[in-house]
Amino acid sequence: MAEQAHAPVETLALREQFDTAEQQKESSTFGMWVFLITEVMFFGGMFLAYTVYRNTYPVVFGMASTSLNAVIGALNTAVLLCSSFTMVMAVRAAQLGRRKALIWFLVLTLFLGLVFLGVKAYEWNQKFVEHHIPGAHFYFEGAAEQGPAQLFFSLYFAMTGLHALHMVVGAGILSWLLYHAARGRFTAEYMTPVDIAGLYWHFVDIIWIFLFPLLYLIDRHMR
Amino acid sequence: MSEHVDSVKTYTTVWLILLALTGITTGVAYIDLGAFSVVIALLIAAVKMLLVALFFMHMRHSTKLTQLAAAGAFLWLFIMMAFTLADVWTRGLVGTQGR
Amino acid sequence: MNTAAIETQENYLNAGYGLKSWLLTKDHKRIAILYLITVTIFFFIGGIFASLIRIELLTPQGDLVSSETYNKLFTMHGIAMIFFFLIPSIPATLGNFFLPMMIGARDLAFPRINLLSWYLLVIGGAFALFAMLAGGVDTGWTFYTPYSTTYSNSWVIATALGIFVSGFSSILTGLNFIVTVHRMRAPGMTWFRMPLFVWANYATAVIQVLGTPVVAVTLVLVFCERVFHIGIFDPNLGGDPVLFQHMFWFYSHPAVYIMVLPAMGVISEIISVFSRKPIFGYHFVAFSSMAIAVIGFLVWGHHLFVSTQSVYAGLVFSFLSYFVAIPSAVKVFNWTATLYKGSISFATPMLYAFGFIGLFTIGGLTGLFVASLGFDVHVTDTYFVVAHFHYVMVGGTIMAFLGGLHYWWPKMTGRMYPENWAKLSAAIIFVGFNLTFFPQFILGYMGMPRRYHVYPDEFQVLHVLSTAGASILAIGYLFPMFYFMWSLRYGEVAGANPWGATGLEWKTPSPPPVHNFDEIPVVTHEAYDYSTVVGEGVEVG
Repeated sequence: MAEQAHAPVETLALREQFDTAEQQKESSTFGMWVFLITEVMFFGGMFLAYTVYRNTYPVVFGMASTSLNAVIGALNTAVLLCSSFTMVMAVRAAQLGRRKALIWFLVLTLFLGLVFLGVKAYEWNQKFVEHHIPGAHFYFEGAAEQGPAQLFFSLYFAMTGLHALHMVVGAGILSWLLYHAARGRFTAEYMTPVDIAGLYWHFVDIIWIFLFPLLYLIDRHMR
Repeated sequence: MSEHVDSVKTYTTVWLILLALTGITTGVAYIDLGAFSVVIALLIAAVKMLLVALFFMHMRHSTKLTQLAAAGAFLWLFIMMAFTLADVWTRGLVGTQGR
Repeated sequence: MNTAAIETQENYLNAGYGLKSWLLTKDHKRIAILYLITVTIFFFIGGIFASLIRIELLTPQGDLVSSETYNKLFTMHGIAMIFFFLIPSIPATLGNFFLPMMIGARDLAFPRINLLSWYLLVIGGAFALFAMLAGGVDTGWTFYTPYSTTYSNSWVIATALGIFVSGFSSILTGLNFIVTVHRMRAPGMTWFRMPLFVWANYATAVIQVLGTPVVAVTLVLVFCERVFHIGIFDPNLGGDPVLFQHMFWFYSHPAVYIMVLPAMGVISEIISVFSRKPIFGYHFVAFSSMAIAVIGFLVWGHHLFVSTQSVYAGLVFSFLSYFVAIPSAVKVFNWTATLYKGSISFATPMLYAFGFIGLFTIGGLTGLFVASLGFDVHVTDTYFVVAHFHYVMVGGTIMAFLGGLHYWWPKMTGRMYPENWAKLSAAIIFVGFNLTFFPQFILGYMGMPRRYHVYPDEFQVLHVLSTAGASILAIGYLFPMFYFMWSLRYGEVAGANPWGATGLEWKTPSPPPVHNFDEIPVVTHEAYDYSTVVGEGVEVG
């Protein structure tokens, strides 16, 4: 197990503040987890605002939620879950030192991520057409109080926007990984960047796992 | 840290369960469950999250420290929500003007 | 006395010359110095605003500046001091420099991220400085909505962006410290052998990681409202301005513990060395740091007592706010017990430590006053609150920062500061500080509101006293600037351990070499074991 991790290639990547490759890998992995903690609190603030306002305006939130396309939302969720699958397969390929498989799975993950973003762009455009973008031209049919409806859509755009931003960053990271994977930088002994990028990608997926039901599935049974 | 390489079968199974749960949560949303709708939705989301975390993020193989850190994050999120909602939900209980 | 041989020894300062070697450094010690320069600059910027405030308040009329300008002055004073001086001060300077050394590491876990942290502070600071120069912000450092989101015509977006960016500086420093303490301790350096300064910075790092993201996302929402008009705090839309306050204070209360915990860590080090005794109740002090970090997250609603927060929530927050005083008191008792039967010397760092204990105690006790719901209704938004937090932030944190700077100056620079000037400055600062802020307790209790520059005539005497104190305080702060610079060239050359302190940082030459230790030490002693340094050090003061 641990005895395997003494191949010479590791010393090329060993930074001088660390004593062993294992210490470096454990530190990097733990560091990424700590970063994800900060991301939980970062998104958490918006989830808090959502909770408070859904609690205060349950009916209008329900109406606003059902104006979103749940089928598209569900399909997009599936896309992202598939990308998590391909990502963990990429990590597995890296663990086994299989360069080609790693590259293919990274490409697939990147592709699925871009599909997700494309669908989101389509959805946002739909909202624009329907005048559901908060601001001067906002108008939500069927709601007596326009204010809370605007609150829903403010949260919708803020939360899915922040999520999409994280996806874009993730796409950038995947591209960087692809570049280095293609150049043979990752081996079974040294694949930490792939590992921690995977953690980040899965986390962004988890955020969406919560966003989907909270934004798309309120009071669906009513309409 | 010894490298656990999970099997393709494990990952595929988890992936398919995740897709199934997505379908279930969408379908269940069209059934009138009253106040339980949101509970079921959050429960399913929580299960999906745990599957992704434990299997895809390898949390079931990670150190206790990592698991503690992840749990801590959710505890803190819970604290932030609970204390804020404790304010929002108890306003106006006294019946005094402005309280 | 002055030996040329010391100068030629290779250390982190002479291991590379030129701007590039500093701006692209990965050495935590150089990054600490970069931070020191940056936070000092912002301290003086904040000080300029403070001076203008105190000059205006000499007279009951608003004759120096208009109301709008006055709003900007206190806002920018708060922003500069809190986000760009106090929050980074001790952790990013003394913590960056000494945390790795104290645990026997060659550097932090992520040196490049450490450098990035510094750049983020500078970039954030640049945005904030731009906002200040372009016309200023007038929302108060607390950015309460809907004024900040809808009605203010000042540079809110640029300032919010600056604070947002500097927030990530803080987050990354915290992340770095946490991973470092968990993974990079030298052999034999168990958790309970670590110096208490490390415990303090670790607890601080936990707060930075858990709290800062929340204020970051809150500022993002303020930014979104001003730029994209997707507002969620706007009462016109049914939004709740108090929600902003919850989100803002969820971070900003623990933030004060980010500011004070490292200071307490410094005091633990100083009290121990200058009593030549281990800290009494080491475990209690270590655990109290963690307790403050945790409980500090449960009390933020005490800033919302009069903001239409529910009375029930107010009761809970009030109770918990009393509770959080307990671990702080534990520390004060342990420091006092350390002094008992200690071999006390009155070097400058020790003078600052004594000052800290007295002033932090006053500040902390008055914190209990304002934690009480009823009393707070009377003094909220008065100078009582202003005096309370300046006692803990300035009488507490800044005194500790200066104490730590003096204590570790010989290690960082290889030079001693001039002891007599330093003692004089400490005395001037102590007198100036109390003259500035004690009258403010009385002013506040009598009803002088904060953030006002026009006031009834009967408050003038106290305001004049306060401004006089501020002038003395300013002089006191200027002296160290000059003698520290002077000491770099003309100060007495310091050896490896001029104070006879324990701690791994004192086992290296002064200034330390680039990689701290030629060989990673193996630790066999408890912290503060003075039997290991018998005969070391020079009696000073």
